[in-house]
Amino acid sequence: MSPLEPLLSSPYVRMMGVRFDGHGDELTAILPYTEALVGNPLIPALHGGAIGAFMEIAASAALLAGTRLAALPKPIDVSVDYLRPARPQDVYARGIITRQGARVANVRVEAWQDRRAAPVAALHGHFLIKPETDA
Amino acid sequence: MADELQTLLDTLAPLLVDGSPHAVALGFRLERIEPGIAEMRAPYRDDLIGDPDTRVLHGGVVTALLDHACGLAAFAGLGGKDATATLDLRLDYMRPAEPGRDVVAIARCIRTSGLFAFVSAIAHDGDETDPVATAAAAFMVSRVSQEAAEKARRAFGKSATPISKVEEE
Repeated sequence: MSPLEPLLSSPYVRMMGVRFDGHGDELTAILPYTEALVGNPLIPALHGGAIGAFMEIAASAALLAGTRLAALPKPIDVSVDYLRPARPQDVYARGIITRQGARVANVRVEAWQDRRAAPVAALHGHFLIKPETDA
Repeated sequence: MADELQTLLDTLAPLLVDGSPHAVALGFRLERIEPGIAEMRAPYRDDLIGDPDTRVLHGGVVTALLDHACGLAAFAGLGGKDATATLDLRLDYMRPAEPGRDVVAIARCIRTSGLFAFVSAIAHDGDETDPVATAAAAFMVSRVSQEAAEKARRAFGKSATPISKVEEE
């Protein structure tokens, strides 16, 4: 079973259409563009909330891929910096676990579109984790 | 002056949520828009559940709701003329929302300074004094969002009349 199963079976993650692309220990979350992700059609730009939510999903994915967890990580606090307007096209994100303790992990995520060096948003936050016990 | 802003906000109200495809997709509804205050509701819906075992709404839904409500409070706090861009959004998740209950966000623009607006918000599932999450966000009037506001004014011709009225004051 994929370690990402708890995310793949999440109704909201499915509704958002998020996919994951893993190569070795590098995991990229993909938010495929749909019109339903647009926040402001006049700019046009993707909804900031959709980007924030997508980055939370990418953070969960990084945690699930790194350690066997008994449940989905739960966000405790997150901070999102919006760096550029996100254009109506696919968004990618990768999370890095800055520190992982027994119960709490600190994760950083960057989201980008055309160029990874030009991120559209960045997130850092704390997540409550429940590592799987062997019992 | 405050009454004129309220009139303008009332005129724009139907567009503030329904004009945003993502807010529509998540079923958000505007409950209140006043100078510097926005209140918005996210419905409890099966496709917005994060974890099927607990049936709790995904944190991302609360994130999007608070982001949108904060943006509206900033817009209403800056006088309802300028479209804003989010600089940052900080969220504290106090507790899971109760399965089956809608979540309501109340956002207040606590201060504007030139091009900037600072907003504080809570999200609750029935009791304002027992929030599921709180948020703090900073916004600015940006060139990109200004151009969008210009487009909106042209596109909505007649309904944009109150905007020019306010500008003349």
